[in-house]
Amino acid sequence: MSRPEDTLPPDLFYNDTESRKYTTSSRIRHIQATMTNRALELLDLRSPSLVLDVGCGSGLSGEILSSISPSEGGPHTWIGLDISASMLGVALEKDVDGDLFLADAGQGVPFRPGTFDAAISISAVQWLCNAESSEETAQGRLGRFFNGLYASLRRGGRAVCQFYPKNDDQKRMISSSAIRAGFGAGLLEDDPGTKSAKVYLVLTVGGGDLSGDITGVVSGMEGVDVMDSRRKGKSQIKHGEQKGSKAWIVKKKEQMERKGKIIKANSKYTGRKRRPNF
Amino acid sequence: MKLLTLNFLTCARKTCKSLPAAFPLHPKDAELEVVETDFNAPFLRNILGRLEWDALKTLCMELGLPNLPPSAPEPEALLEPGAEMAELELERELEPTQTARDLHNLLLETGIKEGKLVCGNCGHEYAVKEGIANFLLPSHLV
Repeated sequence: MSRPEDTLPPDLFYNDTESRKYTTSSRIRHIQATMTNRALELLDLRSPSLVLDVGCGSGLSGEILSSISPSEGGPHTWIGLDISASMLGVALEKDVDGDLFLADAGQGVPFRPGTFDAAISISAVQWLCNAESSEETAQGRLGRFFNGLYASLRRGGRAVCQFYPKNDDQKRMISSSAIRAGFGAGLLEDDPGTKSAKVYLVLTVGGGDLSGDITGVVSGMEGVDVMDSRRKGKSQIKHGEQKGSKAWIVKKKEQMERKGKIIKANSKYTGRKRRPNF
Repeated sequence: MKLLTLNFLTCARKTCKSLPAAFPLHPKDAELEVVETDFNAPFLRNILGRLEWDALKTLCMELGLPNLPPSAPEPEALLEPGAEMAELELERELEPTQTARDLHNLLLETGIKEGKLVCGNCGHEYAVKEGIANFLLPSHLV
């Protein structure tokens, strides 16, 4: 599978031809719409809200945000950021409702604290993992983005970022930067293991109902398994003896004995400290 | 770019962000446009509490817009349309008040088409072209 992220930076990759291709291809539009609807389902917005669209491109997701009927809690007002001028040009031709910004999310989010009810990002965050010059790093860009996003969301706000991770390392890097920024983060994977697997990073800002998982988003949703990989606090350190200590050696010997191995009996020398060696 | 958005926008520079002078951005040589949109009462009510009224007042003064009450920061006057709108949601037949209409017109229909936005702290100018503001920073400013 080819990854455009590996070929060129986003502002150069999405030139006029590529932007038009992206916007007119019915296949991409369909995939994008499905992902946007899934993200909206996770955001669970019940009244007309102010939404940030990171990597809005030609406004494919924005059109969906604007077209939600009042009975379903819409229409939402949205503000879009994108780094590709050509993509924004296409959006301008289409005359979308939201406000557009030519901005690099890796430089931060230029809004004052508590601005947005929610944020959505479809197939954009993986672009932040590329550092295009020696002055910046992928971690730095991700950090600035998530810190800015965290600040600009109101308390109790949510963000859903769909992205295409290159590998597990990248997935971990992205989610750990989000957690470092203060978000309650969870990864939701649709169709895992298949070719059309979609990864959604679900982020919450403070004060949520913490039943089920940390984001509290999937509670009550059907067909979702929760895997909690959070470190279990300090309890493990308390139980586990320091490696090499007498208690540790005795424990290991007992373990081996239980397995049926031949073990030397404990004596006064077992695990005893040695003299300093001159 | 809608005036509503301008009420939330700060300078993108990291050194400016925490300083009070970086908000609001000041429009310069601004060319305005009015695009009609549907009136959305629940949204207006939702956003009302988050507006910086003082910033909106300065903005209107700088743009030379007459239609904002000059002694503006009265929360009571702002709550009034809010209360009316709560009723509106119950009985959708009710017409919104003139205050709400004016606010909608100012925030969601009026926008900056061309011009510049200047940060009050560092003086960086962000260009606005066809309603799209350019917030890309050169790498030494990030």
